[in-house]
Amino acid sequence: MALLEVKDLHVRVDDREILHGLSLRVNRGEVHAIMGPNGSGKSTLSHVIAGKPGYEVTEGQILFEGEDLLEMEPNERAARGVFLAFQYPVEIPGVATMNFLRTALNAQRKARGESELSTPDFLKKVREVSARLNIPQDMLRRGVNVGFSGGEKKRNEVLQMALFEPSLCILDEMDSGLDIDALRVAADGVNALRSPERAMVVITHYQRLLNYIIPDVVHVMSKGRVVKSGGKDLALELEASGYAQFEDAAA
Amino acid sequence: MPDDLYGLLTAARDRLPGEGPVARARDDAFDAFVRQGLPHRRIEQWKYTDLRAKLREIAPLALGPTEAALATSAAVVKAVAIEGALTLVLVDGAFQSALSSNTSAASGLKVRTLRDVLENAADPARAELLGGGTGEAMEQLNAALAADGLVLDVADGSALASPIHLVHVATRTGTSSVTRSVITIGRGATVTLVEQFVAAPGASAYQSHDAVVVRLADGAQLEHVRLLEEALDAVNITHAYFTLGAKARLNTFNLTLGAALSRYQGVVTFSGEGAELATNGVNLLGGQRHGDTTLLVDHQAPGCTSRENFRSVLDQQGHSVFQGRIVVRPGAQQTDGKMMTRALLLSDEAEIDNKPELEIFADDVSCGHGATAGALDETLLFYLMARGLPEPEAQAMLVEAFVGEAIESIASDELRETAAAAARRWLAARD
Repeated sequence: MALLEVKDLHVRVDDREILHGLSLRVNRGEVHAIMGPNGSGKSTLSHVIAGKPGYEVTEGQILFEGEDLLEMEPNERAARGVFLAFQYPVEIPGVATMNFLRTALNAQRKARGESELSTPDFLKKVREVSARLNIPQDMLRRGVNVGFSGGEKKRNEVLQMALFEPSLCILDEMDSGLDIDALRVAADGVNALRSPERAMVVITHYQRLLNYIIPDVVHVMSKGRVVKSGGKDLALELEASGYAQFEDAAA
Repeated sequence: MPDDLYGLLTAARDRLPGEGPVARARDDAFDAFVRQGLPHRRIEQWKYTDLRAKLREIAPLALGPTEAALATSAAVVKAVAIEGALTLVLVDGAFQSALSSNTSAASGLKVRTLRDVLENAADPARAELLGGGTGEAMEQLNAALAADGLVLDVADGSALASPIHLVHVATRTGTSSVTRSVITIGRGATVTLVEQFVAAPGASAYQSHDAVVVRLADGAQLEHVRLLEEALDAVNITHAYFTLGAKARLNTFNLTLGAALSRYQGVVTFSGEGAELATNGVNLLGGQRHGDTTLLVDHQAPGCTSRENFRSVLDQQGHSVFQGRIVVRPGAQQTDGKMMTRALLLSDEAEIDNKPELEIFADDVSCGHGATAGALDETLLFYLMARGLPEPEAQAMLVEAFVGEAIESIASDELRETAAAAARRWLAARD
């Protein structure tokens, strides 16, 4: 059984259809890249999988481990193992990062019927992961993402991914706003999480990110559909020729 | 109407302390109250809190607590106790020495009850305890009917090690407690004062009418925390007056959680140069509860600083009112006055009225105000839910952060935690 199966998905926002019958199948252990021009519906797909309000699914379905994901609240999806790394992680003043991480982790564990992590175990885990990602401890004492640079915000997303150990990671434009050094740190963090049990969907406009996170499968999206799929070389091909040919194909 | 009102005073008179000048002061105050009547919406200051419509009548004065009520009160007091504090307890508006700390050994602090002072015929100034306000109707009512309270004097230069914890416990149903406390803080003295209003199990539909008159002499400092956790169908009307001498500092925080109807009217007067005020508050109101905070900050002296920061969180049909007026008198140059009020509405039926006012009669000042009202940020809510928090927990986390910015202003770690815990209790009790 595929970990994630999107079948003929049609999605509307404010009476405008954004996705027009998108299908996608992702197995455990695979890294998929979804590329496409702006406005092709890449972020919409990631939002619908994570359960962001404001999107209306008019046709099709999304199955996660064979179950209907669209019937679940965003928090239930998270507890099942769906993780969306946001393109623009939000700042939450007044909520200390540590408190947020612990509350979120324990909420997920509770939903799965697991016991809460003890404070020493939790701290040990956070220290381990944050050291690997080059996240200073004082960042964890601040409000969630408050005053963080673009790179720090993305590293904080990867930190959460490492902490929550989801089975499906969706990275939405992780490279946006990052310089090359920040990108490398974040990508290293992601690569460390690659495992036969886990799948990743990397959404990006540019091929650059895929130099660091090497995908197994590349999909090209245009106008709300997947118009071509292939191996990692497809990304290089796109870099050379651009998206114009696929826009014609989708029309 | 006036006849009914006089009946209130007549019925209470035998139980009210003080004769001669005290009784005359009560009569004058009551006349002034009757002339004005209950404040209503056509009086600008009471536009959003129409007592004629919402309160309708003043409940009869409470009798002293029964033995059983005292036993219950002891448990209530124990539950809210602050470690190391000098606890002073009023039950149904009457001081209870058996439930209070022994303050005779407290150095630099003189504790008397309002009743004792008013009844002391040898004290020529005793009737003045019923004055000191601005003459508004509800304050006059309080002066006329005040049955007890605390009269605290802190000696010049005393730094009180223990916080003073003034606990008002209500045990009765359908009656009024009328209390008045007068607190004088000497030059350079430092005090922490916590005022808390709580209900014993079973107390309901009662009214608390309180007045607090605080004078800070030059260089005095007061950390003040007020926690209002009345029964959810009770009424609390409080007038607070603070006068600040030169270089005095007042840091005051007010948390309103309970009472069907509450009005906290604070008047802060800067009478000496270079004094500082920080006044923060949080109203957490659900059901059909109505909480009104009305502040007047009166800059009479130059070079003083005032900061007002208020937060309201409203659920269901909760209604919060914040009226903040900053007055800068001629000659109060170099005044620095800022006021900010923000409201979070968790339901479509909640209501917030924010009314900031600036009246500036000096030309070299820096004053400003801001007000916002809105719903919880959906983007933040989704972020937290996408990380596994169920919606109620995600909301609670955001609300706690929102009010936390005002609670942060409390200097003492323990008192800050007391206020934060009270806010969390409110959040946990939301449906």
